[in-house]
Amino acid sequence: MSETVENEVFAAEGPPPSPVQRNVVVRTAFDAFMRRREATILIVALALAVYFRSASDAFLTQNNLINITQLMAPWVIIGVGEVYLLVSGEIDLSAGAVYTLSPFLMHYAIDYYGMYPIVAIVVAVLIGAIVGFGNGFVTVILKVPSFVTTLGMLFLIQGIMLTTSHAYPAPIPQAAQGTIQEWFGLARWSMLIWFLLIVAYFHVVLTRTRWGLYTIAVGGNLLGAGEAGIRTARIKIGNFMITGGLAAFAGVLVAFHTQTIDPTASGADGASQMFFGVAAAVIGGTALAGGSGTVIGALLGALVLAELQVGFSLIGISANQYTLILGLAILGSMILNVQLARLRRAGRT
Amino acid sequence: MTASPVPAGDPVPPSDTASEPDDVLRVEHIAKRFGAVAALTDVSMHLARGEVLGLIGDNGAGKSTLIKILCGFHQPDSGRILVNGEEVVFKSVDHARSLGIDTVYQDLALVNELTVYHNMFLNREIVRWPLLNNRIMRKRARQYLDDMGVRLQDVDSEVAKLSGGQRQAIAVARSVYSDAKILLLDEPLAAMGAKEGALILDLVRDLKERGEVSIIIIAHNYAQVLEVCDRVNLLQHGQITYDKKRDETSVGELTELVVAEYRAARERGR
Repeated sequence: MSETVENEVFAAEGPPPSPVQRNVVVRTAFDAFMRRREATILIVALALAVYFRSASDAFLTQNNLINITQLMAPWVIIGVGEVYLLVSGEIDLSAGAVYTLSPFLMHYAIDYYGMYPIVAIVVAVLIGAIVGFGNGFVTVILKVPSFVTTLGMLFLIQGIMLTTSHAYPAPIPQAAQGTIQEWFGLARWSMLIWFLLIVAYFHVVLTRTRWGLYTIAVGGNLLGAGEAGIRTARIKIGNFMITGGLAAFAGVLVAFHTQTIDPTASGADGASQMFFGVAAAVIGGTALAGGSGTVIGALLGALVLAELQVGFSLIGISANQYTLILGLAILGSMILNVQLARLRRAGRT
Repeated sequence: MTASPVPAGDPVPPSDTASEPDDVLRVEHIAKRFGAVAALTDVSMHLARGEVLGLIGDNGAGKSTLIKILCGFHQPDSGRILVNGEEVVFKSVDHARSLGIDTVYQDLALVNELTVYHNMFLNREIVRWPLLNNRIMRKRARQYLDDMGVRLQDVDSEVAKLSGGQRQAIAVARSVYSDAKILLLDEPLAAMGAKEGALILDLVRDLKERGEVSIIIIAHNYAQVLEVCDRVNLLQHGQITYDKKRDETSVGELTELVVAEYRAARERGR
């Protein structure tokens, strides 16, 4: 929408503008751009790229860029799910545990039940969605706040994973090696393509379909959405299922990419990838309060996180300091985001 | 749409007034309890085609419960509801809506984060599968608000940025637009400035002139109610205790009734 605003402004320019007029034009175009929630975070992502490029020649090489896409892939994919949940007023803390469990499920399905690898991947993703259904059912029907529901589910799923795997890593099943593994994570571009497809699809669903509209309505005004006849329980449970399925898929991709099925893939406690996903969503401008958020923002948020991690390691900052600066970066970008959003709102009434 | 038998309770006598063909809605001996609390004890009322009925009553008299029964949100414990002369049992809000009964809630059921036109079409979106047809919805929302005489700069703006009166107008427009034949307005004038209240009353008057919808307005401000209503009902202690045409009553009389009730209650309390 902002594009059309810009175009109109420039079309109406007419005779050579005086400096004052040009100022107005530039400012209007700038305003239109800044009104997009993704704008700030895009600027941050670009600024980081410029900074790290100046600090290290290696930053903008193809290899390093691919490296960044592979690092950010699970954060984007989990982040997209968290955007849907945050927009509908919920959160899923169990996504990291589902992410760790799902490649094991695929492994069990192939090696113990003799399923085709593709079928096994589908089964793993479906089970992720079923876990999401469980989260949704307990949250929406049994009325336990999702923060608590999914915290319990995090331990439960992590426990299932540890018990069944005896906390030992597993190799990629023989049957899945080769083409399948290449397609689902190992090939250089595979992660990038997958998360771009996922972002594109879920961006369109959130902004252009009934499901997206209802997701916003449920998070913005739950009572009102119900009064308007929207089946709010169905929307929320569905979004939990989307997040569970996406987390499971991200787990499969990363297992194929790292060529091992790792019980600590999401940290020893199973939470870390979920936190990065939530951080990506939140840095990307999705409000924790519900009712607003963007999938593109989560993509950019994950990009910023990956840029920081890769950039710091390139210029020789240790992992310990990286964590410290990451914390500051999250706080800083959030303060900026919230305050800019406030200014935006104050500017246009 | 024949209904299942009325749940056990007080024996329901046959309709005491001969059913008038013009009644779009009749309510007969409705009762509703919530645990130990009897919200409605015995409510009978009727609404003629194209009529505007004011429903007044003190806080706690059961107005909200009555509205929630009429819109299908609650099911009555006993009594029956007739729409266009046929007995119905509302299974849900959607069911009542499919019979042409729509409610504009006190909280308006608007989503601040969505645009005006998305709110107007909420749960009735125009879809060119699988995508929303925003272009058509925008155009129709614009056209419809113009028709209703609602002045609004931009149907693309978020509802959060509108005034209370504009929000109310959008909520009403949404219901009317969705082909509602019976409109329940739950305190549309609450928390509304004089100018905005006038906007709503104009809206109701316009609707009345067209004669396509019948309206029940719940309100506290008797003067404003009398401005637009054809008839007034007073709900007290879960019963309709007063039913008069506008010309037969006055603000003073209505106020006196409610105050008398308050005094009586205080006497009993002593």
